Amino acid sequence: MWTILAINSVTFGGLLFLLSAGFSLIFGLMRVPNLTHGSMFMLGGYIGSTAIVTWHLSFWLAAALAAAAVAVFGGVVERLLLRRLAGSVLAQVLVTLGIAFIVSDFCLMVWGGDPISIDTPSALSGGTRTLGVYFPTYRIAIILIAVVIAALLWALLERTRLGAMIRAGVDDPEMARVVGIRVSRLFTVVFCLGAALAGFGGFMGAPILSVYPGLDFAMLPLALVVVILGGTGSLIGSLVGSIVIGFIYNFGLVLLPQLAYFILFLPMVVVLVLRPQGLFGRAAP
Amino acid sequence: MTARRVILAVALLVMATVPLWVPGNYYISVASDILIYAIFTLSVDLLIGYAGLVSLGHGGLFSLAAYTVAVCLGAGFGHFSAILLAIAVTLAGTAVFAALSLRTTGVGFIMITLALGQIMWGLAYRWVGLTGGDNGISVASRPAPFGITLATSAHFYDATLIVFALCLFAYWVFVNSAFGGSLKGTRDQPRRMSALGYHVWLIRFCAFMFSGFLAAVAGILFAYRAEFISPPTAALTASAEPVLMAISGGSGTILGPVVGALLVEIVKNVASAYISRWNMMLGAIFVLIVMFMPEGLVPGTARLVRRLRAQRAKAPTT
Repeated sequence: MWTILAINSVTFGGLLFLLSAGFSLIFGLMRVPNLTHGSMFMLGGYIGSTAIVTWHLSFWLAAALAAAAVAVFGGVVERLLLRRLAGSVLAQVLVTLGIAFIVSDFCLMVWGGDPISIDTPSALSGGTRTLGVYFPTYRIAIILIAVVIAALLWALLERTRLGAMIRAGVDDPEMARVVGIRVSRLFTVVFCLGAALAGFGGFMGAPILSVYPGLDFAMLPLALVVVILGGTGSLIGSLVGSIVIGFIYNFGLVLLPQLAYFILFLPMVVVLVLRPQGLFGRAAP
Repeated sequence: MTARRVILAVALLVMATVPLWVPGNYYISVASDILIYAIFTLSVDLLIGYAGLVSLGHGGLFSLAAYTVAVCLGAGFGHFSAILLAIAVTLAGTAVFAALSLRTTGVGFIMITLALGQIMWGLAYRWVGLTGGDNGISVASRPAPFGITLATSAHFYDATLIVFALCLFAYWVFVNSAFGGSLKGTRDQPRRMSALGYHVWLIRFCAFMFSGFLAAVAGILFAYRAEFISPPTAALTASAEPVLMAISGGSGTILGPVVGALLVEIVKNVASAYISRWNMMLGAIFVLIVMFMPEGLVPGTARLVRRLRAQRAKAPTT
């Protein structure tokens, strides 16, 4: 039982990583706490499920569609609304919150109040038995995918020209502009990338968590706690934070079901008291 | 100045006589709700307007007070001790909220208060043994101070109005005191204030405590008004509504939050009679106000009036 719980925790951590990596990147680069991030997660889940249930697309095509659709949504929000409020953090927070409410109600209107759950793809259903322990294949697949995406993101940020430009934008946007980097275009790219990751995460989570109204505001605080824990703008911070929160949340659900949400608060307290910038964050400018 | 006094006097008269001319108990209850939300909005705007700290977790404090009253009454406490306990518990909760969130300011503050507020929601939702989970808890009876029962909507409105007036007065004294001045100083120039020897953190902490006290008062009134409390009271929407009210009315003024509460509650009630999509509308109002009237309706309208007057004054000469 403990092994299964541990696997579930790492799986949930993987989903949280998909959610919080984008949040952390967007926050690190643009200083925008994107409160629509939970909505993007939910939107990805709904769009992907519809693609499978109604349009009979294959699982991976639906995943790509969910990620792409949410990326477009993110791009529109960034271009049409956030762009005009550049520099005013409070206004950006409130606008993203307003959009989160609109999306939440819109999804309730379109997809109704019943949870939608989809089957795992046939290639990944079932499980494998190794060393006397049963490993559900789909959950292992999510862990692998999260690890691969973490590696790809790392390579993108550390090994490509685009990544170097993003890092320059995070460190010093004014200087980056001066040397000819179009920081505002980077904003859109990063925002779309973060949105796509969240949408993809929401879809990958659908067979496990199912998609239901309220998923957005249930996931948003988890992303916030991960980022507070791991430090903003840090990839390794989101990864470690996600896995820690995945463990605490899942073990909490089993051991103290009534207080599972409350226990999340403990690592946050410890980190805020000892290291306000987060485990892997740099001191706030 | 006299025009303003006349308006205030008329407003006071209108508010005091609400039970006489408002038709039906339902609308009197709506009027009570407006006053309760006005207190709650003052609580949130003390931090936004005077300390420059936007809290998205005040729904957690509001519902903490409301739940404490309901749980205490359910456990057999009297009204007086239930109310005192609710205030004490909420102040303790506020101290925890403040101690954690004041580690940062700006966006970090918003994120931490949001996470804390959602954790309170999670507790209300999941801790079924204490809070009844989704089913919520009913409040069996209303108190009867000085032998006057508050069971009718009209009496309850009058009691709410008195509490509201006391809160408004305390708020006015608070923000106009020397302490209020130093609070504004920490909003505009925290470093200079610190260099001048002010304890910036402590000033913010005290403001947060007063804000938590007002949220507790609003939450207690709400529990008695609705005679029922359930997790949506602690949801993110509940924390966002007073922020919207404060910003739409005009943050950093005393009347702005009251006007904002009035407008948003009226829109909410009128809208819910015609459409069932209040959250969507709330979001849309948020986006529109932030995009087009970021300084709020009261200062925004005042600016518009000034501009019109200036044009009219100019017109004869040209």
